[in-house]
Amino acid sequence: MSQVGLRRIIFTLVALFLAGPLVVVAGVSVNEKQSLTFPPQGFSLNWYYQIFADDGWRAALINSVTLAAASAAIAVLMALPLSWFLWRRIAPWANIFRLLGVAPFILPPVITALGFLTFWATVGAYGQAWTAAISHAIFFITLPLVTLSLGFASIDRSLVEAAATMGGNDRTILRTVVLPLILPYLISGFAFAFVLSLNEYIIAYMTVGFTMETLPIKIFNALRYGYTPIMASVSVFFVLLAAIIFGLIARFGDLPKLLGALSGGGK
Amino acid sequence: MRREPPRSLADYAPLAFPAIMLLVFFVIPFSTMIAVSFFRRDPAGFYSRDFIFDNYERFLSAFFGGVLGFSIMLAVIVAVVCVIIAFPFTWLLAQASRRVQIVWLVVILSILSLSEVIIGFAWTTLFSRTAGITNIFVWMGLMSEAQALSPNFGAVLTGMVYQALPYTVLVLYPAIVRLDPTLMEAARTLGSSPLRAFFNVVVPAMRSTIVATLIMVFVFALGSYLLPQMLGRPQHWTLSVLITDQAIYQSNMPFAAAMAVFLVLMSLAFVGLTLLVGARKGGEA
Repeated sequence: MSQVGLRRIIFTLVALFLAGPLVVVAGVSVNEKQSLTFPPQGFSLNWYYQIFADDGWRAALINSVTLAAASAAIAVLMALPLSWFLWRRIAPWANIFRLLGVAPFILPPVITALGFLTFWATVGAYGQAWTAAISHAIFFITLPLVTLSLGFASIDRSLVEAAATMGGNDRTILRTVVLPLILPYLISGFAFAFVLSLNEYIIAYMTVGFTMETLPIKIFNALRYGYTPIMASVSVFFVLLAAIIFGLIARFGDLPKLLGALSGGGK
Repeated sequence: MRREPPRSLADYAPLAFPAIMLLVFFVIPFSTMIAVSFFRRDPAGFYSRDFIFDNYERFLSAFFGGVLGFSIMLAVIVAVVCVIIAFPFTWLLAQASRRVQIVWLVVILSILSLSEVIIGFAWTTLFSRTAGITNIFVWMGLMSEAQALSPNFGAVLTGMVYQALPYTVLVLYPAIVRLDPTLMEAARTLGSSPLRAFFNVVVPAMRSTIVATLIMVFVFALGSYLLPQMLGRPQHWTLSVLITDQAIYQSNMPFAAAMAVFLVLMSLAFVGLTLLVGARKGGEA
């Protein structure tokens, strides 16, 4: 068999496997009645409208987006000075912080989640919304850390040297040369952390599960009481959101290069 | 500007915020968890301070041994299946045009970022009687009537392979992209078929990458906590599920912490193995 034919077959099989469950979910999400049937009976976008119209689901959506934005912002704020320091200074021992930043991402998430649960319970802040934001920021700092390290590594040092020769001090060089060069990496690091935080369940559940509902928590809780098509429409909504964000990163950045670095940093 | 060692205290200033955050909110919670694993359970609150080994002794029970054995077996099967599917797929992907690669990478990233809740929900729907895949089989005449395909072991396995497959592809991708294409060309010039060249040249050349990937996917699969609950029966619960269950529903934080410490040690041992494999690979090159 020719290689092209083989590729076509394997690509089709993998695509079918990956798309299968999502197609069924997309199908049930447009059912006209509140029933779990596929192929769908009738066609209605009502369940998409309900994500925003239903108070409970809208609140969960707002919680999730706020949490994701806050934690991604904190993660970037931590990763930026850290990766800048590691790039600017010769301080091998400081790499311990890079390791600390990558560690929570490699370990099974339930461990980090339990660590946060015991910690917040011990300091008496268990259940406060901001604890989830900090927990997510620590858990997802790996992503901006890796993209920013790659961004700094790709800066041509002679550019910076030229700026220094012209009399620029650290602060000026950072603002006028370095930041514009690493901006795409900063944005993709934020976007990665944002999307993953949006979908994260176990840490959010163990920190604020009993006081605040994020969308994944809401879906899981709702599943226990039975089925509503809003779960399906929310799922499709999340898949599309992730695809759009990653599509934008691919459009404006070098996705193959970014991913080459991501798993390198994950090791 | 050359890289230079920090000289004054001000040079360390940028490190302050990330270092404090990581120490306070990662190192301390982690240490707290280890400490709690030696504490005594307090039914009225979270725990009471103590120094006992009871929580670790509970591991020695047959029940715990069973759960541990099942978790490891499940993670091993998931890792093997994922690598068997992902390796040829990623290899073919690396040879596709850049455009095709990018489209696939966006799809794979989108699925990788999907919440475990959503993956679990999607597969329970696909496996359900009323909206599931069996309806399509009935329609095609392959089955006489629709039936539910979950909860059972096959459903758990399918869901976890679905969750881990994108991860496997992304772990393999950088190594496979960097693979020297002349290797394959040489094999072809010497008269080998593409399939033979793949198995006799590409697979052996990537042996250590494959081993490292197996271990990473194994650790990733160990972390799955919702899919065994959503797609399986209680006998399909893994260590991660048990930890959550003890911490939240049985309010036995010390025992949950002890299990988590155990899981950390196990994961670290496997990550260490990966590094060893990686170091040997470096030695060969």
